[in-house]
Amino acid sequence: MSTDTANAQSTAVDKGHDVLNSLLAGLALPPGSTAQGQPDWLKTLRAQALERANALTLPSTHDEAWRFTPLAALAHQSFHVVRTPSELQPDDIAHLSIAEATTRLVFVDGVVAPQLSSVSGESGLVIGTLADLLSGKASGLETHLGQHANFQDTLFTAVNTAFLQDAAVLMVPPDTALAAPVHLLFISTQTEVASHPRLLLVAGAGSKATVIEDYVALHDGAYFTNAVAEMVLQPNAQLTHVRLQRESSQAFHMASCAVSLGAASHYHSVNLALGAHISRLDLKVVQTAEGTQCTLDGLALINGEQLADTHSFIDHAKPHGTSRQLHKCIVGGSAHAVFNGQVMVRPGAQQTDSAQSSRNLLLSKKAQIDTQPQLEIFADDVKCTHGATVGQLDSDEVFYLQSRGLSEHVARNLLTYAFGAEIIERIPVASLRQQLEQTVLEQTASQP
Amino acid sequence: MIENSPTLLEVRDLRANINGTEILKGLNLTVKRGEVHAIMGPNGSGKSTFTKVLAGHSAYEVTGGEVLFEGKNLLNLAPELRARAGVFLAFQYPIEIPGVGNSQFLRLAYNTVQAERGHDELDPLEFDDLVREKMKLLEMSPDFLQRSVNEGFSGGEKKRNEILQMALLEPSLAMLDETDSGLDIDALRVVSQGVNHLANKNNAVVLVTHYQRLLNYIVPDYVHVMSNGRIIRTGGKELALELEERGYDWVEAEAEAAGAVA
Repeated sequence: MSTDTANAQSTAVDKGHDVLNSLLAGLALPPGSTAQGQPDWLKTLRAQALERANALTLPSTHDEAWRFTPLAALAHQSFHVVRTPSELQPDDIAHLSIAEATTRLVFVDGVVAPQLSSVSGESGLVIGTLADLLSGKASGLETHLGQHANFQDTLFTAVNTAFLQDAAVLMVPPDTALAAPVHLLFISTQTEVASHPRLLLVAGAGSKATVIEDYVALHDGAYFTNAVAEMVLQPNAQLTHVRLQRESSQAFHMASCAVSLGAASHYHSVNLALGAHISRLDLKVVQTAEGTQCTLDGLALINGEQLADTHSFIDHAKPHGTSRQLHKCIVGGSAHAVFNGQVMVRPGAQQTDSAQSSRNLLLSKKAQIDTQPQLEIFADDVKCTHGATVGQLDSDEVFYLQSRGLSEHVARNLLTYAFGAEIIERIPVASLRQQLEQTVLEQTASQP
Repeated sequence: MIENSPTLLEVRDLRANINGTEILKGLNLTVKRGEVHAIMGPNGSGKSTFTKVLAGHSAYEVTGGEVLFEGKNLLNLAPELRARAGVFLAFQYPIEIPGVGNSQFLRLAYNTVQAERGHDELDPLEFDDLVREKMKLLEMSPDFLQRSVNEGFSGGEKKRNEILQMALLEPSLAMLDETDSGLDIDALRVVSQGVNHLANKNNAVVLVTHYQRLLNYIVPDYVHVMSNGRIIRTGGKELALELEERGYDWVEAEAEAAGAVA
């Protein structure tokens, strides 16, 4: 097996899909060609991933995990890695800054943008790109990178791993509480560009941190984001992970997030899907040791022709684990939201306490929601609940607001907003919460 | 009762259905500015329906008659336009709206109505001063501003919040649907004082109630008995005392007899 990824193009086979051909062709042209300096273990990892990427095909609705999410709109598009990097200035993205986040790492069209980043704000925190950190201070990269996000049978993760170059790496030292949230900002500025954002976060034992993973666009064209995040919480670590998908309405956003929880660690995620033509998030949380807690909050707010698919998998592999999940979808126009929430309780994972709730609001007759809780329980001393509701706005609530002078339109917006606000209120960053509340108000206001 | 006061509301032969069942069957009522009217009657006689039809609830279909408010047809206006024109309904069961802040809601309603009337809107700070002043009248804690609309409020707190909205929106016609039900005696006193404070010669109050005790606090000019979708008797405040003592059967029997003769 060759470990030289520069030969990727010659090994790429015709996938029968324009999109995959175009993506894999991009491997021949790594921007900045940082690949030469990579250590052997990384070259091997990338080569293995490339092999899988070549072997796997684009998921179709015949695949159970993609049953409700047709990728036909994606299949015949063609994307390339960025050829001429955009030269953004801090002023261009001032509106995207989050006041509390003094540490910020910015990627533009998949390429790190040091002039927009500020990575010296937190003492002790190790933050940088993979290329930076390989040359020095970080240890344990090899132990974690590519070890949590499965690329063996997941096409997009395999492609992402084959492209591994400008990964964002965060290492929170043990027993360190970060004073401020860290903002990882992935900006799209060009149409037809594919980017493969990659994130590795290791929260040391007893550490505490808040991280915002943020995908935005400065244009409204079509492009492809293929993001993979791996997060490792060592014993007693506490991590709050805010994931904001606010891509352009023409974008394709395929994402995986794999979280590994060490003993007595706490993981809280708030996932917001607001943008993209088609978006998919596979969120996997594995409780690898006893006494872990995870809270997964999600909101998909979509309209027009958008499709947002969230697949979550909570793996209670060890005893005394707790999980809480509230996923909400607000769907207008002819948009389509998908939620599949799998909860696995492995043999021996006694005293597991799991509660899942899927709540959905349909704003129009053509809107569609598919929600599917999926519990698999192989232990006998556990408490697991789940529930799902799909509804429309309550006409008595609308009338109540109208009777106070609010137009029907405003009344519906306000009620829709309130439904989503329950999730946004769980973001522990005040300025971001306010910004998003405004976004949601505007987005609900644009509903027909 | 004010001599020669202009008519505010004129309801003529009003008929309305819900889900194909006729509830209002030819209701007539005239309300002049400065008056307080009480509508009493047995359960299911259509009292609440009447107030909801006037407020414009879409579940009810008006099948006949007309309603003139300040001389204009009220029935072809959307609910929010009725509210802006000065029609207000204090709900029997105020709706809880989790996620919508009470303060935000009150200001939105206030500014919407103010704008319609050609007055300046208030910014959050200005509005805060105004609403706190009005809350004193109802002996409400400012804490209620920070909570979601009616969420987790007790029955009495919800009713006070309704009258607070009335105080802010300053309607010319205020309909109070069983505002007294579920109130203890102190809350009843406070709510009544609030309503009395707001009543003046330019507006009118229509109280829907089962119980005479509210009318000890808010003294009506007229008491109407509603039965089977119509007003079958109208009297002064003493009629309420008689109803309290004798029930409704005798009024219905007399109305039936009168109807048979006619």
